[in-house]
Amino acid sequence: MEKKPLNDASYEQYLNDRRIMGSRCRKCGALALPPRPICIACHGSDLEWVEFKGKGKLAALTSIVVAPPAMAREGFGRNNPYIVGVVELDEGVNAVARITGVDARNPGQIRVGMPLRADFASKGDGDAKQIALVFKS
Amino acid sequence: MVRKRKLARGVAVVGGGLTKLGLFKDRNCKDFFAEAYTEMIGSVDKGIDPKDIDAVYVGNFTNDFFVKQAHWAPIIADLLGLVPKPVTRTEGACASSALAFREGVLAIASGMYDIVLVGGFEQMSKCSTEEVAEGLAMAASPYEVAAGFTFPGVFGTMATAYFAKYGATREALFNVTIKSHNNAPLNPKAQFPMTIRDFMNARIERAKTKGEPVPAWKDEKAYLADPAANPPVAWPMHLFDCCPISDGAACLLLVAEDMARKFTDAPIHVAGLGQGSGYSLHAKKDLTSYEATRAAGTEAYEMSGLSPKDIQFAEVHDCFSIAELVHMEDLGFVKPGEAHRAVADGMTRLDGPRPINTSGGLKSKGHPVGATGVAQLYEVWTQLRGKAGKRQIPNPNLRVGAAHNLGGTGGTCTFTILERR
Repeated sequence: MEKKPLNDASYEQYLNDRRIMGSRCRKCGALALPPRPICIACHGSDLEWVEFKGKGKLAALTSIVVAPPAMAREGFGRNNPYIVGVVELDEGVNAVARITGVDARNPGQIRVGMPLRADFASKGDGDAKQIALVFKS
Repeated sequence: MVRKRKLARGVAVVGGGLTKLGLFKDRNCKDFFAEAYTEMIGSVDKGIDPKDIDAVYVGNFTNDFFVKQAHWAPIIADLLGLVPKPVTRTEGACASSALAFREGVLAIASGMYDIVLVGGFEQMSKCSTEEVAEGLAMAASPYEVAAGFTFPGVFGTMATAYFAKYGATREALFNVTIKSHNNAPLNPKAQFPMTIRDFMNARIERAKTKGEPVPAWKDEKAYLADPAANPPVAWPMHLFDCCPISDGAACLLLVAEDMARKFTDAPIHVAGLGQGSGYSLHAKKDLTSYEATRAAGTEAYEMSGLSPKDIQFAEVHDCFSIAELVHMEDLGFVKPGEAHRAVADGMTRLDGPRPINTSGGLKSKGHPVGATGVAQLYEVWTQLRGKAGKRQIPNPNLRVGAAHNLGGTGGTCTFTILERR
């Protein structure tokens, strides 16, 4: 079905279509998100695209107070912290992403294990516009 | 089947040098390396003629983008007057100079060279904190950066996984910070030679002098728990969980074991050498472990024939407080989930059964990233020679110590065991 190369560029193109696409090894079944050209479980190179449902739970998190320049340009920082974390997807792979719909000022109240679902956030303008995968409570 | 590793020829450390660490805006990395090198030359008990140095390996991480100058190997050869000797630069983020050490050992073990200088240097103080943070983030994984993670953010994330799995709290991190800062005033090279109580008392004195309300912290933990004194950087990583920005350089002189006694009657031998690589955060199987550290540990233990219980003391890469706990577990010093209790019980104090970071660690000694790997080994070498002064481990039978150096957010790791025989 899908003919795109298994790489970061294709992953981002799919995200722009609001699809979470990774790879599955045809030999051993191992999943990867973002997709990989080589299976890290069995070292096979016969992999196919697979779509992820975007449901999972929070495995770990941080509330970033000292923001990197790219996030500071979006208005994040000491007075407006944001949450990023590791999300364990139902399919059994992890994703790293912004977590929205939680109180970044009270990160101690955010429960590891809470259910999350995928959301899509717009970043940048014009040709630089890109949809980013985020997760919301 | 993995073959047991061994060196074809033994290697010993016979000299070392380390600058005072700190922020030195009027000096550059050449000045730092020259200072460390000069101390190293003077430290060789029976002397070394620089003309006899066969080759040099130097680690540096940030000069390409902080100094806008690449190709540092010949600059160092020129600085030391060692042209036309072969000089090679290694880069592995915060593990850059541990890789230089490793390459130097392998070069001697191969039989190619007999006498090799290894070291590292970094100048970070001439950039703004934002520039440094952005530059260091170049060593994180691209997926972590794209998601909005910072360096402290990756370690903060691992901390929440550790807390959730083992029931630890930020108090476990306070114990690491308090312990490391207790060692720093005993190290004349430390960037922050102050205990946490010293910081606390200085803050109280300042409030009194200025006529401001005097904070009423009952102890160091209360000080560290107060966000006014210890603000968050990437919760649960606060300011005192994070290593500082530092300038500095370090070097060691390595020689073939069979000629070591020409240089000193107290050579310190390379007993185990290990290196590993690691996945970025999203691909890690376990958020409370570093596969790179486990691999480096396994390789070094197997080569040395030693086990974790034989390591009497160690420098452990505490770029962030949580890292020291997780690495202690990955290196087998304690079982998984037990490091936070071991630190609370005093195991890792200077006078405890297994001192960790007698130098003060990256947190209080300083972390000039490209120099750190060799700076850690300098501390182990100094302790094994019994020359650590006020911070000398109070054990008359000190024989085996180790240094653990991590690059990036866990992508590169080395573990090196040194032994006095």
